[in-house]
Amino acid sequence: MRSILPVVTVVLIIVALWYAAAVRLNAPWVYDQAERAGAPAPGFGQLLGETMDQERPVLPTPHQVVTELVKSTFGMAVSSKRSLVYHGWVTISATLLGFAMGTGLGILLAVGIIHNRAMDLSVMPWAIASQTIPILAIAPMIIVVLNSIGVQGLIPKAIISAFLSFFPVLVGMVKGLRSPDQMQLDLLATYGASKRETFWKLRLPSSMPYLFTSLKVGIAASLVGAIVGELPTGAVAGLGARLLSGSYYGQTVQIWAALFAAALVAAVLVMAVGVIEGRVLRRMGMVR
Amino acid sequence: MTLVILSLMFWAGAWALNVGLSQSPVVQSRAGRLLVPAIFGITLLVVWEGLVRGLNVPGVILPPPSAIGARIAVSLPTLWADFRQTFVKGALSGYILGCSAAFLTAVLIDRSPFLQRGLLPVGNFVAALPIVGIAPILVMWFGFDWQSKAAVVVVMVFFPVLVNTVAGLAATDRMQRDLMATYSASYLQTLLKLRLPAAMPFVFNGLKIATTLALIGAIVAEFFGSPIVGMGFRITAEVGRLGLDMVWAEIAVAALAGSAFYGLVALIERGVTFWHPSQRH
Repeated sequence: MRSILPVVTVVLIIVALWYAAAVRLNAPWVYDQAERAGAPAPGFGQLLGETMDQERPVLPTPHQVVTELVKSTFGMAVSSKRSLVYHGWVTISATLLGFAMGTGLGILLAVGIIHNRAMDLSVMPWAIASQTIPILAIAPMIIVVLNSIGVQGLIPKAIISAFLSFFPVLVGMVKGLRSPDQMQLDLLATYGASKRETFWKLRLPSSMPYLFTSLKVGIAASLVGAIVGELPTGAVAGLGARLLSGSYYGQTVQIWAALFAAALVAAVLVMAVGVIEGRVLRRMGMVR
Repeated sequence: MTLVILSLMFWAGAWALNVGLSQSPVVQSRAGRLLVPAIFGITLLVVWEGLVRGLNVPGVILPPPSAIGARIAVSLPTLWADFRQTFVKGALSGYILGCSAAFLTAVLIDRSPFLQRGLLPVGNFVAALPIVGIAPILVMWFGFDWQSKAAVVVVMVFFPVLVNTVAGLAATDRMQRDLMATYSASYLQTLLKLRLPAAMPFVFNGLKIATTLALIGAIVAEFFGSPIVGMGFRITAEVGRLGLDMVWAEIAVAALAGSAFYGLVALIERGVTFWHPSQRH
């Protein structure tokens, strides 16, 4: 709790810098307008006023972004094409589907890797190498290819999300499933437990803290995947599409609002995983 | 159909070989550790080639690896120009700028615990955000050329490096700092001789994460507008004309560049943090 004051200070500094930057960046337009109208160059007070609420500012001020965000979230019918709730939902559904697929794949691979030495040696290096590849670069291709064989809508975006989120889960689960120490494994061996029983009663439960840590990373990555996956579809729907159409039509306020909506969604998703983590770990008696 | 069966048989054979290898003492050696994943990688390529040719998958859906290799061989000049535009100009300059800015910021705010307590949560929050989203804004501000790509990269790598460096600077323990104090070392001496070296494993952790982010940032930023050269531009353009072999060629280049970049940073890390337990074998 003692970090609230510093955090608030830092946030306030950022907002202040943002306003200053907005005045600086939007000023040329004001000067330009004044010159065209033949009016004398505006003084500082007038400049301040006219840089705050431009229609298409270079950098929208924070209050403009918040206004746009609130307007397009609460001020529109949810089904409207201009409603951020609609676009946000499109993105969230792809994110969640991809996240579920990626998590499932990651856990399955991890289970295979800890039980099979050949798989450990051959798959793990490639899984690591796959992360040095800019996976987002293949997003447009996945979309177009799947589209050409008749798969479109949610699934292609979800595949990109899954690709981004499987790796953190894989690494975390391999670590987690190997986390029981020799003593505990020996104890189960003296009970005559089979491999399957060891897995369900010891390895899986003790991997939970690791799983949730990587789920938090994974869901943030899923969201990035879903947003980038929406770019090449030509701005149909979703937060990524809002970014793209905003950039086509010079609607800076719209871009910033979509960006903030994405940030909020990311924060909410990560927090939701955190809440589930707290509940599960408490129920399992693992809260330290 | 025979091709399909042959490639599946190849897979089974290679897998059996790998299982055998992983149980034999060969894997204890360094060469064995490279051999097993190499066999797996080759198997993937063979199965890919066999399935695509055997099932007659059209080239506009998935070209076979041999076609991609041929495409790389004939379009080396284009690939090189794209590589220079995206990697050298966009990603690398942004990476250097962003990482040094983050490093300096971390050293500066290290003197103020107040700023640290405030900036760390904010930095952690921002590091989890979909930062690629600022790409359209920065492309609008800095134009279509590489400057805007470098700017996206700067923003993307800044926070991971910042958070890791701040954590690293806090990594020395009381005892070590007390020792420096008994030597009556100044702030600068403590920083240079104790805290920065101790922070290096953390810093390199951030730098390694940033290598991948840099390439992603530079490529994705090109989706929002670029001159008619660059890896991101080529990918979108060739996807549009269904020239998928060229797209895969670009991806191969990107993968190679990304892995080499990562490997280079890891190599430097090994040289700088030779004393760290994780580097001793």
